[in-house]
Amino acid sequence: MKRILAIVERDLRRFRASPTLMIVSMVMPLMQLIVLGYAFGGKIKNLEVGVLDQDHGMPAIKVKEMAQAVAANARTFHTVPYDDEAAALRDLRNGKINGLLEIPPQFSRKVLAGANPRIGLAEDNTDQFSASALEATFDQMLAAYNQAPVTPRFTADATLSVVEIYPYVPYIQFLLPGTITLAIFVTAMIGGGIIFIDDKARGLHEGYLVTPITKLELILGFNLAGAAKAILTGLVLITLGSVIAGIPDPLNPLRLARMLLLVMVTSLALISMMFLLMVRVSDPLVPRAIFGVLNTVLFFPSGAVYPTQSFPAWMKVITTIDPFTYAVHGFKQLVLKNTGLGAIGFDLLFLLAFTLLAMAAATLLFKRTL
Amino acid sequence: MSVSAVEVENLTKRFGDFCAVDSLNFKVDNGEIFGLLGPNGAGKSTLIRMLTTLLPPTSGTARVNGFDIERQANEVRCSIGVIPQAMTSDLDLTAAENMSIFAKLYGISGEKRRRTIRELLKAVDLEQWADKPVKLFSGGMRRRLEIARGLVHEPKTFFLDEPTTGLDPVSRVAVWDMLENLKRQRELTILVSTHYMDEADKLCDRIAIIDHGKLAALDSPLKLKASIPGQNILEVSFSQVPEGWAATLRALPEVADLKCEDHVFRLSSNNGPRTAVALMEAARAAGVTLTSLSVQSTTLDDVFVHYTGHQLRDTLQEPPASSSQFILQRG
Repeated sequence: MKRILAIVERDLRRFRASPTLMIVSMVMPLMQLIVLGYAFGGKIKNLEVGVLDQDHGMPAIKVKEMAQAVAANARTFHTVPYDDEAAALRDLRNGKINGLLEIPPQFSRKVLAGANPRIGLAEDNTDQFSASALEATFDQMLAAYNQAPVTPRFTADATLSVVEIYPYVPYIQFLLPGTITLAIFVTAMIGGGIIFIDDKARGLHEGYLVTPITKLELILGFNLAGAAKAILTGLVLITLGSVIAGIPDPLNPLRLARMLLLVMVTSLALISMMFLLMVRVSDPLVPRAIFGVLNTVLFFPSGAVYPTQSFPAWMKVITTIDPFTYAVHGFKQLVLKNTGLGAIGFDLLFLLAFTLLAMAAATLLFKRTL
Repeated sequence: MSVSAVEVENLTKRFGDFCAVDSLNFKVDNGEIFGLLGPNGAGKSTLIRMLTTLLPPTSGTARVNGFDIERQANEVRCSIGVIPQAMTSDLDLTAAENMSIFAKLYGISGEKRRRTIRELLKAVDLEQWADKPVKLFSGGMRRRLEIARGLVHEPKTFFLDEPTTGLDPVSRVAVWDMLENLKRQRELTILVSTHYMDEADKLCDRIAIIDHGKLAALDSPLKLKASIPGQNILEVSFSQVPEGWAATLRALPEVADLKCEDHVFRLSSNNGPRTAVALMEAARAAGVTLTSLSVQSTTLDDVFVHYTGHQLRDTLQEPPASSSQFILQRG
């Protein structure tokens, strides 16, 4: 036990002495959280929409007024008036405007005659996000336009009543569970992957191997040392991250205690996974080379950024065995819903079982000689 | 009867087709400084790694301090101190922290740990730098720290793989002085590999010359020097030489061996002054002009070249497990 602690002590002293690693593993994920959270966060705003009125009748003026009302209130778009169709289409193609609302000649006459009046929306569909935001906004606008001036008291139209069971979750909060997991992973990758192999290559492990330390003590020492660093990172992320993301009552001690438990289990799972991957590696380029791939393969299928239900079958297989999935799911329960441990019981169990399996496999593969 | 510090029996290590250590047999007595000499790739490091339990031998056995390196690896580890070739101190930690971690790995605790660390840092003249990070240390200071670190558990036998390679001459002398002092105070047996013949000559009680994984010679430096033909080396060059000049030189008194390249001749002689006088007379008689003449006594360099040949060893070899661009290899 003393020998295990000696290895952990050495690693933590080095961690303290090199602020670079701390900054990389703690500050970078926080920056990513802020930038991604606000870049994708909330509703789409401030698009440019050209309005080409070739009709000039009263119904056309009403449509334009409604568009201006959206521009003034929801600010999904600003309106830019056009007289010339060719100029408007040219600007659309050049990206000066994101969409073009065309009110054709005879629109008013068809409205009054009840002869299927149509409004055109030309959109720049290379940008799916903006295009669908515009479509949705104009759909709503036209629904309002079409509404009868006096609503009948009873109708046969079925309507949908939406009940939101949790307060509104901004994207930055949705992202936080993934960010916490990612930060733990980055620390595991650097502390348990890159530094581990560099130490091996520099001959530091040779120093350990000539002492009477046992194989199991070495493995436990390496893993606990890595996990300790990952837990420190996780602790910073669950506190600072919750404050930055604006989680309600971010420092609730009970929730933080539950999250710390999940941070510990996640750290152990990810460190033991790294250790298993690196147990026979001696080339320092390997962990650097697989860093990006591993990040992609583990992070994106986990549901951290997109719901897992829509994935193709092969990706769902990755999702099922990916420890990220369970960590992210667990953190989502705790961060966004403030549930008890019961809701994350399976996540904890999976991560612990994963840790044990990975450690057992690594122990079989680990060589106590050079 | 005390056991030998190291006993090597038919020790062999193969990497695929490459035989790094080939059926070595030798003994290292208690309390001696035993030098391993050999060209790069001769198998010195592989031998030390097997004796320090870092590599399992392919065949053969060895006992260190009476313990079998395979069956009693842990007892071996407890009884030896090892300084590997690479610099393995932790640069971010202080000297005392580096020592403390290793003392803990050897299970030395509390007051004894603190006292031992203080004493050893004093013994290698680093006590005033105990709380400074090792990254501020020079190469010689780091080496001395590693020597102190290797002794925290009071080992009986000390293995050093090229401890002075890459150090400046002053630091080299300092390292050897420390080793000699430590050996005297602690009844250490020291097994050391080195490239520096002058060091080996002055400091080692016995020297093993290893080449191609085999033992080429083993004896005290004095006897090794006496064992090769010629006690003295004459290097002589001439402005021009007549036909058959090499034969004339070989026939000079006391000449044991002769090598020549163009007009430069290298003679091994059992009596340098006598051969030199005869050589000058022969040259005058033949009308040959000497352009230079030097007489040297035999050095360990000559012994080394005699036993290992002097061609460059530009063969490909298996890279060691730790080989990489990240290692700060010395030499």
